Amino acid sequence: MIDLVAFIPRAVQQGVPLLFGSTGETITEKSGNLNLGIPGVMYVGAISGVIGSFFYEQACTGSEMNGFLAITIPLLCSLIGSLLMGLLYCFLTVTLRANQNVTGLAMTTFGVGFGNFFGGSLIRISGADVPSIALSRTSGYFSKALPFASSLGGFGKIFLSYGFLAYVSIIIALYTSYLFKHTRVGLHLRSVGESPATADAAGVNVILYKYLATCIGCMVAGLGGLYYVMDYACGVWSNDAFGDRGWLAIALVIFTIWKPDIGILSSILFGGLYILYLYLPTGMDHMEYKELYKMLPYIVTMIVLVITSMRNKRENQPPASLGTNYFREER
Amino acid sequence: MSKTTTPREPLFHIVKRDELTAKQATMIRVAAIIIGLIVCAIITTILTGDNPIKVYQTIFKGAFGTTRKTWITLQNMSILLIISLALTPAFKMQFWNIGGEGQVLMGGLAAASCMILMGDKLPNAVIIIAMIVSSIVAGAVWGLIPAIFKAKWNTNETLATLMMNYIATQLVAYFTILWEVPKGSGKIGIINQDSHAGWLPEVGNKYLLPIIIAVLITVFIYIYQKYTKHGYEISVVGESENTARYIGIKVEKVIIRTMLLSGAICGVAGLLLSGGINHTITTTIVDGQGFTAVMVSWLAKFNPITMVATSALIILMDRGAGEISTTFGLNESFADILTGVLLFFIIGCEFFIRYKLSFRKSNGKEVKA
Repeated sequence: MIDLVAFIPRAVQQGVPLLFGSTGETITEKSGNLNLGIPGVMYVGAISGVIGSFFYEQACTGSEMNGFLAITIPLLCSLIGSLLMGLLYCFLTVTLRANQNVTGLAMTTFGVGFGNFFGGSLIRISGADVPSIALSRTSGYFSKALPFASSLGGFGKIFLSYGFLAYVSIIIALYTSYLFKHTRVGLHLRSVGESPATADAAGVNVILYKYLATCIGCMVAGLGGLYYVMDYACGVWSNDAFGDRGWLAIALVIFTIWKPDIGILSSILFGGLYILYLYLPTGMDHMEYKELYKMLPYIVTMIVLVITSMRNKRENQPPASLGTNYFREER
Repeated sequence: MSKTTTPREPLFHIVKRDELTAKQATMIRVAAIIIGLIVCAIITTILTGDNPIKVYQTIFKGAFGTTRKTWITLQNMSILLIISLALTPAFKMQFWNIGGEGQVLMGGLAAASCMILMGDKLPNAVIIIAMIVSSIVAGAVWGLIPAIFKAKWNTNETLATLMMNYIATQLVAYFTILWEVPKGSGKIGIINQDSHAGWLPEVGNKYLLPIIIAVLITVFIYIYQKYTKHGYEISVVGESENTARYIGIKVEKVIIRTMLLSGAICGVAGLLLSGGINHTITTTIVDGQGFTAVMVSWLAKFNPITMVATSALIILMDRGAGEISTTFGLNESFADILTGVLLFFIIGCEFFIRYKLSFRKSNGKEVKA
C-alpha cells in the first residue's frame, strides 16, 4: 500500500501553491471579480521572486548571504510583481470596465510569457556567468524546516517538515476565513460581491473594496508561485514547470465553495490527487495508465462543480455579481 | 466629529456615450493598436538594444519575409480564425466556452486515431471520410457535455469547459503512450509517413486547404448569425434569458444546439491540425490557441468579418516576435509578452468607445471632453 508518511508531506507540498492560489482567488471573487489571470499572476509572483534573489545571490557570490535579506528580497519582489498584475487587472476591469474573462485570459498569456521569458533569458540579459538559474542557497532559507522536525519521527515529518511559507499559507487561509465571517470588513466585502449597488447605497466604497480585494488576492496567489519555485523546486527555475496549477487553484475555489478554511484540506487532497499517479501501481508495461490517473483532479472538480450546481443550496453559490462590472450610473 | 464638509465635485466624471459611429469606434481601436505597437517596440528596444524601426522590420520579416513564411502565416491565421469562429456563437449567447483547446484536441485525437487504426487497411477515401466524421463528432461531444450541465443545472460553464480541456489533454497523453513510435519515445511521430494514408489531400499547395475552409466557415458563421432563425435565437438568449423564455424560445435547446455547433467546428480545426498540417497528435498541438481564440473573438465584437483582422493581428505579432527572439537569441515566450501588452491596450480602449470623461471646469460648470 501507499506509504502515508512519505505520501502526505509530498501531497502537502503540492497543495501549498494551490492553497495560496485558491485563497487569493477567493478573496478576489468575494469582491465580484472573476480573475482568470491567476495562473499568470502566479508565474509573475514566482519569477519576480527569482529575479530578486538571482541578483542578490549574484551580489554575494563567494561571500556569506544574510538570511534575513535572502528571504525578504525575493518575498518583496514577488509581492510587488503580483501587486502590479493585480493593479493592472483592476485598472482594466474596475476603472475601465473591460470584460473580466478576456482581461483575465490576456493576463494569463502575458504572465506565463513573462515568467518563461525571464526564466529563459535572465542569464543572457544580465550577462551573468552561470549555466542555469539554480538558487539553491536562497532555497535553503525558504525550505528550512523546524529544527526539531526530524527528531519526532512520523509526526514531525507529516506536520513540521515544511518551509515557513507552507505555514503562512495556512495562517492566511484561516485568517481570511475569519475575516469573511466575523468582521465588518468581511461583511462589506461580501456585500460588494453579492450586490454592489446595495453596498454602494449603504455607503461602502465599492471601487476601493474591489481594488483592495483583487490586489491582495493577487499578492497571496503570487506567493504560491514563490513557494513552488523556492521550496518545492529547490530554487531551480524551469520553463512551464509550474504547469496548470493556476487553473487548478481556480477550480479549487469552486471545490471549496468559496470558503478558504475548507481550502486547507481540499488543497492537500488536490495535491495528493495531482501526484497520486506516482504511487498507484501500473506495472512496467502499462505506463499509459499514469496519464489517466493524472486526470483525477480535473474529473473530481468537474463532479463537484456539477453536484454543487445540482443541489443549488443558497449558501453554496458564487457571489451573485461575479464576473460583472459595476457602474453606478448604469441601472 | 460633527464637522460636515460639502463634498467636493470630482475633477472629472464618467458618462456613457451615445452610440459612436462605426468609423469613430474603429479610429479609437486603431489608435489603441498603434499605441500598443509603440509600447511593444519600446520594450523590445530596451531588451535587445535594437532600434525601434528595425524591430518593426523584423516583425514584418518574420511574418512575410519569404513566400513560405507568408503561407505559414496565412495557415496559422486560418486555424486561429476557425477556432475563434467556432467559439463565437457560444459567446454571443453569453456562454463562456473557454474549452476550445480541449474541443480542438479531441477533434485532432479522433482524426489521428483513424489514421493510425485504419491506415493501410482501408481505401484512403474511406479513411478520410471516417476522419472527418469522427473528429467533428468528437469535438461536438466535448462541447456538448458542459452544455448539458449548463442547460440542466446552470453549472458554471467557464470552469466546466476549462476542466474538459485538461481531461482532453490527459486522454491525448494516454493514447500518445499507447501508440508511441518507437516504444519509449513518448511521442507518436509522423503517422503513415510512407503511405500518406489519411493525410488530407493537398489543394494547390500544402498550405491552401485550411485557408479555404477558414473562408467557408467565416461566410457560414456570418450568415448563420445574421440571417437565420438560429442566429436570432442565440442573440436573444445572449441579451436576456428571461426575454427568450417569454417569447417561447427553449433556452436549453439553444444552449445545447449552439455548443454542438461550436464543438463541431473546433473538431474541424483539430482535423486540419492533425490530419492536414502536422500529421501527428501531441498534447501541445493546439498550443493555447483555444484561449487566444477567446480574445480574438471578443476583440472582434463577435463579428466574423472583423475576426479576420483580429486573428491576423495576433498571428502577425506572434510570428514577428518569434523572429525577434530567434534573431536576438531570446526565449520564444517573448511573443506572449508582446501579444499580452498589445491586448491590454485593445481591451482598455473599449472603455473610450463606451464612455467619455467630462471634466469639471473651474467655475463648477462641466465641459465635454
